[in-house]
Amino acid sequence: MTGNPIINIRHAAKSYGSLEVLKDISLQVTKGQIVAIIGPSGSGKSTLLRAINDLDPLTSGEVWLEDEQVNKPLPPRQYETHINKVRQNIGMVFQHFNLFPHLTVRENITLAPKMLKGITGAQAEELAVEQLTKVGMLDRIDYYPSQLSGGQKQRVAIARALAMKPKVMLFDEATSALDPELVEEVNLVMKQLAEEHMTMIIVTHEMGFAQDVCDRVLFMDQGVVVEEGPPDVIFKNPANERTRNFLRKHLRGRN
Amino acid sequence: MDTDLIIRVFPYFIEAGWVTIQLSVLSMLLGLVCGALGAAARLSRSVVLRFIGAAYVSLIRGTPALIQVFILYFGGPQIGIQLEAFEAGVLALGFNIGAYMTETMRGAIISVDRGQTEAARTLGLSRFETFRAVTLPQALRLMIRPLGVNINALIKGTALVAAISVVELTYTAQRYIGSTYKPFEMFFLAGAIYMAIIYVTGTAVSWLDRRVALK
Repeated sequence: MTGNPIINIRHAAKSYGSLEVLKDISLQVTKGQIVAIIGPSGSGKSTLLRAINDLDPLTSGEVWLEDEQVNKPLPPRQYETHINKVRQNIGMVFQHFNLFPHLTVRENITLAPKMLKGITGAQAEELAVEQLTKVGMLDRIDYYPSQLSGGQKQRVAIARALAMKPKVMLFDEATSALDPELVEEVNLVMKQLAEEHMTMIIVTHEMGFAQDVCDRVLFMDQGVVVEEGPPDVIFKNPANERTRNFLRKHLRGRN
Repeated sequence: MDTDLIIRVFPYFIEAGWVTIQLSVLSMLLGLVCGALGAAARLSRSVVLRFIGAAYVSLIRGTPALIQVFILYFGGPQIGIQLEAFEAGVLALGFNIGAYMTETMRGAIISVDRGQTEAARTLGLSRFETFRAVTLPQALRLMIRPLGVNINALIKGTALVAAISVVELTYTAQRYIGSTYKPFEMFFLAGAIYMAIIYVTGTAVSWLDRRVALK
């Protein structure tokens, strides 16, 4: 693990009119680190995650991916070229999977690499096989998304993001839309990525998963990071009253 | 009902039906082009193009198609546009249905889930690449049936150009009424042929829609 941050967020702020959804947030994530962002809905955690690849642009502040500023101020045309390049290095997984329904699983995986990296048929096939094997979905390579369960869809969506060989993976409530019995198969794939030291930033409601897998946990509320630290501290011995209240509600019935 | 008369005039009505089909196909093609351009304009990032697209749609949809046919055919020569009745008919009907198709296509494109665009953009695809590979293929599937509704209206709308003496089905029916004094038979026959054309078109649209439906 190196000390240089792979993701560096500096003084991120975002507001819609007078509503401030992010208030001066700074965050460094080093290579191989796995960071969970937890907090009540409306706390700004998804907005922060979506600011990292500029899907939801910040009002002010900077986001850096290694030595390149993601939200670099550029004229629109140059910015388009710049952001498309940067986004290839930042994988993202959505709550609702967003697989392309008109394409097979294979085509979902290879679409972007073929269009953006100019790989050929055989290489594309190899890539699809490699990524689908990783998420245990190789036997569904010729299926369409509608023929898959939610958990299977999400595993394919993870494979699709991985196929671009990103430097960091963002997970936006990846298991929130799944039936309870399907959550585990997606968690297993994410755990496996963690073991391979993929850098990950995970917005989640799954406290158990955050506790087991993550190196750091950020608790956000009302647009600020209220508390952050290793999972043992945040979950077992939180310093802040708001964190304690939130966890009490979430952990009720567990343990 | 005078069936002998119907059988006697039937070949002439078939000929007229063929003119109706030609009018329909040509104005449909023009309409699809206008619709695609109109939808592109309405969804454009340029304010000027958006305005032009919106003006086209509200102008066409705000006035009777018959007036549009008349303006082009009767009013055209006054501003130096001299057209045959058939040409004027195709152009007027094409521009007219194009406005409705603009809205159909725009609706299909914007109804593709936003998450699709987000997923494609986060992979690094540009706006155009996203449109070509992700949004458009899904929108095309969504627009087949509503475009079928537009085409249905267009086929029946071709009857309007009888008013500028294009010898199509409705005009032919009127002409034979003049010599036979049998309006019921003549309009019945014309109506039956319209229905046959509509039936075939509707079946083709349904077939196409099922064929490309998302699995």
